[in-house]
Amino acid sequence: MPPVATSELAISVSDLSKRYGERVAVSHANFDVPMGTVCGFVGPNGSGKTTTMRMLLGLISPSGGSGTVLGQPISDPAKYLDRVGAMIEGPAFYPALSGAENLRVLATLGGHPLDQVQSLLDRVGLGDRGKSKYKTYSLGMKQRLGIAAALLPNPQLLILDEPTNGLDPAGIQEIRDLMRSLANEGTTVFVSSHLLAEIEMISDSLVMLREGEVIFAGKTHDLLLQQQPIILAKSGNPKDLPRLLQLASEAGHEGSIIGGVAHILGPREWAPTLNKLAFESGIVLAQLSPVLPTLEETFFEMTGAGE
Amino acid sequence: MIRVFLAEWRKLRRPSLFFGTMAAIVGASALVTSLLFLLLDSARGNAREGQVINRATLELPHGLSIGFSSSAGLLGLVALCIFASQTAQEYTHGTLRNLLVRQPRRLTLLLGKFLAMCLFALISVILSAIVSISLAFALSGKAKVVTTAWSTSDARIGVLHTFINVLLSVIAFGTIGMILGLLLRSPISAISIGVAWLLVVENIIAATVKHSGKWMPGQLMNTIAAGGDITATYSHALLVLSGYLAVGVLVASVLFRRRDVSN
Repeated sequence: MPPVATSELAISVSDLSKRYGERVAVSHANFDVPMGTVCGFVGPNGSGKTTTMRMLLGLISPSGGSGTVLGQPISDPAKYLDRVGAMIEGPAFYPALSGAENLRVLATLGGHPLDQVQSLLDRVGLGDRGKSKYKTYSLGMKQRLGIAAALLPNPQLLILDEPTNGLDPAGIQEIRDLMRSLANEGTTVFVSSHLLAEIEMISDSLVMLREGEVIFAGKTHDLLLQQQPIILAKSGNPKDLPRLLQLASEAGHEGSIIGGVAHILGPREWAPTLNKLAFESGIVLAQLSPVLPTLEETFFEMTGAGE
Repeated sequence: MIRVFLAEWRKLRRPSLFFGTMAAIVGASALVTSLLFLLLDSARGNAREGQVINRATLELPHGLSIGFSSSAGLLGLVALCIFASQTAQEYTHGTLRNLLVRQPRRLTLLLGKFLAMCLFALISVILSAIVSISLAFALSGKAKVVTTAWSTSDARIGVLHTFINVLLSVIAFGTIGMILGLLLRSPISAISIGVAWLLVVENIIAATVKHSGKWMPGQLMNTIAAGGDITATYSHALLVLSGYLAVGVLVASVLFRRRDVSN
């Protein structure tokens, strides 16, 4: 990624580390998040995502390294947190207070207008349940309230940790649309999620962690382009597929059969050659599709999470 | 600071907590004052730990506020529970991270919360004073206590002094609760350890080790509420207790400021 001026970065960390005794939670992390983008933050459980987010919010102090949020050092969170909204490690509210009253507590604390509470509840789909006690909320409703609380300061930067946990597919789509619309309005969204298909759909850039180390930081598109493309080939007669794999192998392209479809490693440009080889061997292809691996496939390959 | 205070007050004023606690305060104050007057001639005593407060003492100007000052121990325990639970629940609910994102200045957050809880304690002390003094007048006739001295300026000054002393004692109880809440990060642990120490451990030590009461925080808080008693002088109690609280507040504040918030 080309260098970006510091003032254009919502988040910038350099050698950021956190150690708990012998255990290293985050090790020398380096990444930038440009302003006004949606940045996905992915990694297997325990890879250090939440720890990193907590350091960005001043909740835990780094063992080493430095960072800035909205141009201010993370050692002085009071200078930037009034412009940051966050939901870390799931929603947390007072069970005996209503959803609306919980938001009023936080709005009062942060000096934000109380009259926006109802509009925020409406925005996250809780408009008619604001007066219900938090302890009566479902997991999805709690999650929505957490997102509403994060939006209270009308943030320039929104840090969300697994915001779609517990939401149904319609809810997930709503939150995805919400994040996209916030980014279109200029808000930077830094979001972690296990739903990699969601991250792939909405994120402009990506930070990937494995065992506390950043293994990729950059544009999502660039990451996917770095991956080995695949050609999906399907024959009218499934018995032809082993022969097809043999032809590909002889040409230097390995592959395997998954679900009745041959997955052959090779660039898009090699697909016509494969088609020609198949035709010359008497194999009639019903499908020939060059594709890039999905983020999920890339994630498993890079993090080894599926092993 | 004012924003922290108002946010905390929003939590404290919720009806189940506020009215529930105030009802307990009214009940405890009424019980203590009623027993003081109704058991006036009882051989088993009419005050704390079987003490006897006779009719002549009650007829003195400060007799008007004896029932009120005797309630201080119960008010203090309620304050300890409220301060401890309101502080420690931020850890158990995980809400501390929300508060610190909206108010990253940790000591400001702590002070604002403390002041809001002090207001809660102040209201409970005012309510206790109203109930105790009203009941003292109401029960004086039945107990055959002459109340002429209760209408003098000495009596009014005595009520004011008692009010200040009870308030100081209750806030000291609350401060200990808050310190325990910060150190233990669990309402149940903070309250059970605080109450067990004040009600059980201290009494055992005081009963078995001579003159130990003048160094026990719970005994000293009762001494302050009473304006000085046989345990210790008022100034001694104030000085020693201030020292204990200063050390406790310092340790808890440093920990709160430096400790990672990872739950």
